[in-house]
Amino acid sequence: MTAERVGFFTDTTLCIGCKACEVACKEWNGVPEDPIGFTGNSYDNTMGLGANTWRHVAFVERPTATGGDGGAGGVRWLMSSDVCKHCTHAACLEVCPTGALFRTEFGTVVVQQDVCNGCGYCVPACPFGVIDRRRDDGRAWKCTLCYDRLKGGLEPACAQACPTDSIQFGPLEELRSRAARRVDDLHERGTTDARLYGADARDGVGGFGAFFLLLDDPQVYGLPPDPVDSTRHLAGMWRAAAAAAGALVIGVVASCAGSRR
Amino acid sequence: MNPGRERRMVPDATPQSYYDRPVLKEPAWKPHVPVYFFTGGLAGASSVLAFGARVTGNHRLARAGVLAAAAGLLPSPVLLIDDLGRPERFYNMLRVFKPTSPLSVGSWLLVAFGPASVGAAGCELLGVLPRVGRAAETVAALIGPFITTYTAVLLADTAVPAWHDARRELPFVFAASAAASAGATVAALTPVADARPARRLTLGGSVGSLLAFEVMQRRHGVTMEPYRSGPAGRLSAWARALTATGAAVMALVGRRRRSAAVLGGAAVLAGALCERFAVVRAGSQSAQDPAYTVAPQLARSR
Repeated sequence: MTAERVGFFTDTTLCIGCKACEVACKEWNGVPEDPIGFTGNSYDNTMGLGANTWRHVAFVERPTATGGDGGAGGVRWLMSSDVCKHCTHAACLEVCPTGALFRTEFGTVVVQQDVCNGCGYCVPACPFGVIDRRRDDGRAWKCTLCYDRLKGGLEPACAQACPTDSIQFGPLEELRSRAARRVDDLHERGTTDARLYGADARDGVGGFGAFFLLLDDPQVYGLPPDPVDSTRHLAGMWRAAAAAAGALVIGVVASCAGSRR
Repeated sequence: MNPGRERRMVPDATPQSYYDRPVLKEPAWKPHVPVYFFTGGLAGASSVLAFGARVTGNHRLARAGVLAAAAGLLPSPVLLIDDLGRPERFYNMLRVFKPTSPLSVGSWLLVAFGPASVGAAGCELLGVLPRVGRAAETVAALIGPFITTYTAVLLADTAVPAWHDARRELPFVFAASAAASAGATVAALTPVADARPARRLTLGGSVGSLLAFEVMQRRHGVTMEPYRSGPAGRLSAWARALTATGAAVMALVGRRRRSAAVLGGAAVLAGALCERFAVVRAGSQSAQDPAYTVAPQLARSR
């Protein structure tokens, strides 16, 4: 790695659900239209990240015991702009058989579209369900953290377009300490629900390159509460495969034994 | 609790998902993939059986084994390449060797196994270059066992709960099922007098695969449910019935009648194919339901 590792800190307390990030991402990266219908699920018609949605704003409407005016039956809004986590230990990258998925000099995870042959293995490997194959195109696509813009010294399109600085871009270490201060600040001001998601380098994927400040449990936003890079168990899997292969050989030996002629 | 009678004063319990949307993406593979798991397993185990038969001097059985291995191998690359989103770029699999990618390891295993098994079959059929043929048989027999089990690692090394949680047992399920497939095919291709080792392997592989599949489902919790429910559950039931019936026919009648060996063998093969489809389908089902992703993770982090 030649440059400093960079990433996103998405502070969902500042998100106003404007979807400027989604639009900026689509425009800059030339991401094709997703077949969008009407879901009826709040203001969300894309419903999640995918091959053609690299930023996704979730809208969670939660009923509250009391409304804003003290009356009954209010609604609490949770909005959050989701993105590829650019994991420290990225399962998609590790299982990619062609080397199309690689770690850039910025510590981000990017698909080389001229190499990807569309095997699709990265799709079930991702513990967040981020990367997917484009049906017409056959290859796997996801957020590049605007690799081309980083190369040119610009910040990613979504972060630049975000009007409230809910999406913050920068060196990961700096973002992590800023996020920790922000949580402390929110707790002091009584927002005790505030918690960081993906800022801990000891988690199942070694920490996210793009982490979040949430106001509820991760699963409420469609995020896995304790994601794990499956490849961390790979040695054990190969041992099991070797043992099973050995059992097969023993089975054949036992079947052939006593039949010598 | 009856929510209709009195007004709830607290918000609903924490939802476990975002509008019931899956957390994971299910694999976008075609049916080619489970079919390949079957053909690859048949090829790998047949090469081992062929070698065992050769060493014990049962050349008729060895011949059938060598042919079964090639028959299983030949459609395999076609299935794998056609499953790609960009089939014309299949050769990019050979750009790198990545030990962290079971698919990369498997591609290289096939590169070694394919020519060996096809070469062995060619020498056997044409009756030429016996030494080269034997060498090819040996290479195929050395790689064959891993051809039958790496596919289980391929599935297990994903975020899919029904696969990842079964990572210790799945290789045994696949290896045993491959052994049964090899035994069944070779027994059907060989006169009964020479086919005893193949029948024994059919029986052992079938029992082993049924046992391993059962143990796998019992050892783990909620994430094994998909193996018993929906389309995967039906496929599992078919796999069980066909494998058990076929193995019984093979063991009881197959030693006297070749026709019974063919029939029983066909049932065992169908059972093995159903089992691969059941496993792949169970994975999809477990990925589709966010509960299988979220609940075990919450339980673990508490």
